Amino acid sequence: MPRRFLHLLLALLLSLGLPSRADAHLVVTGLGPVYDGAGHWCSSPEDIIPVLALAILAGLRGPVAGRCTLFLLPPAWLIGGLFGLSLPAVPELSRPVLSAIVAVTFLVPGILALSDLPIPAAAVAAVAVLLGLVHGVLDAFGLRAEGLTTTVGVLQFLGMAVATFLFIALIAARVISLRWPWTRIAARVLGSWIAAAGIFLLGWSLNGNG
Amino acid sequence: MKPSAAPSRSLFWFLAGALFLLAAPSASAHILPGEPASFAAGFKHPWSGWDHIIAMVGVGIWGAQIGRPAIWMLPVTFPLVMAFGGFLGLIHVPVPGGEHNIEYGIAISGLLLGLMVLGDVHPNRLAALLFKNDDPATAARKGKTLGYALAITMVGFFGLCHGYAHGNELPDNESGLYYSIGFVIATGTLHACGITLGLIHRWPAGQIALRLVGAAIACGGLFFLYQDMQPETPEAHAAAAAPTALHSSVGASLATTHPAITSTIASAQSRPMASTTAISLQQSAIRNPDSAPRLSLII
Repeated sequence: MPRRFLHLLLALLLSLGLPSRADAHLVVTGLGPVYDGAGHWCSSPEDIIPVLALAILAGLRGPVAGRCTLFLLPPAWLIGGLFGLSLPAVPELSRPVLSAIVAVTFLVPGILALSDLPIPAAAVAAVAVLLGLVHGVLDAFGLRAEGLTTTVGVLQFLGMAVATFLFIALIAARVISLRWPWTRIAARVLGSWIAAAGIFLLGWSLNGNG
Repeated sequence: MKPSAAPSRSLFWFLAGALFLLAAPSASAHILPGEPASFAAGFKHPWSGWDHIIAMVGVGIWGAQIGRPAIWMLPVTFPLVMAFGGFLGLIHVPVPGGEHNIEYGIAISGLLLGLMVLGDVHPNRLAALLFKNDDPATAARKGKTLGYALAITMVGFFGLCHGYAHGNELPDNESGLYYSIGFVIATGTLHACGITLGLIHRWPAGQIALRLVGAAIACGGLFFLYQDMQPETPEAHAAAAAPTALHSSVGASLATTHPAITSTIASAQSRPMASTTAISLQQSAIRNPDSAPRLSLII
């Protein structure tokens, strides 16, 4: 035991002596576009919430649907983003129209999760692909509006794809592993909340707000 | 781990999590203009009136009293249909008979839901009485279907009234996304409070306590119904609308700096049941003049 302790102490002393200067609180340098993309995704409810509903839906439908969603949504998001970045001009979409589109992406997976209809895994995969493409394109329009270069945009979308992959993996796996019946119902209730938020947002956008 | 211990442990963690959430202050990360305020405004809105609160809590309690599957079907139906009602209110779909009927619907929702909780009414058992000529199993099955359908219809209708009122009252110039999220979370939280309270139904003393809560909810609904049915006399309207000297000075400063708020107050005062809301708005302005930009969100 004392020998092991000495070895540990030596290793710690060496490791303390090895690191170079660390620039924390990276106000100037930033973390790079990949992490920026992941961070942007993680702090955008309009992106997270539809994916949450989709992950719940995929989890409720079982492991096959979960795997399909896991491996189709991030590439779809990336492809949608690349498509949006490659367009010659960003179409003029008003805020109510954008809100209406986001509202539909809340509604569809939310209602499917709430209803727990026995839809096949292929249908879940189709919803995942469509959602990924739509949100990828919308995010690309947002990045272009901020004046980012295409290279930076592509890297950001890589970060977004990774974040989406991790999120789907965690949530869908958790839902699949739910054992108690009331926990599945709680997942469906969460889907209903997301659908309700989508209905509200749709009304808001039709009112001309956004 | 014994299967019977798991739900109690889950209930403990659920309650602990709820307490932590209630104690947490607001966090304004990733601040784009208006977004934290929009979420806060949406979260506050369902709590804006006791008529809304008692109905939403009543739905949760009644669902817990009836048990599965009503314990989740009713609190799922209400927010969903309420959101649809909000959708109708936002696009200003005309109400048959006028918007005053919405206020009646809201008041009656509190009254009826309170009575359901007071009476510990199980709609499936009541509906089964309609099929008493059938064999017991068939009567129970048909009663269950009809009873739950009636309960869902009733709760859905009330949700529509509440949602329409919310949709009609929503402020402009907010982030619809964050407002919707805050609004739905608050509604679900109220239902969860009702369900959590309703879980004491498993004990005899809890059943009595819930009936008392139901009586209180019904009394609240009756009070709001009585208020709605009062004729609008010119003196009462003028008294509700007339500001005091202090209110006048606050109103003058608000009119200068925040004309949108003044117009919101004026539109609120023009509606019969909104006069109390307008007064509370002015009182809030006096208490918190620095929070003036958010006052329009209170209505």
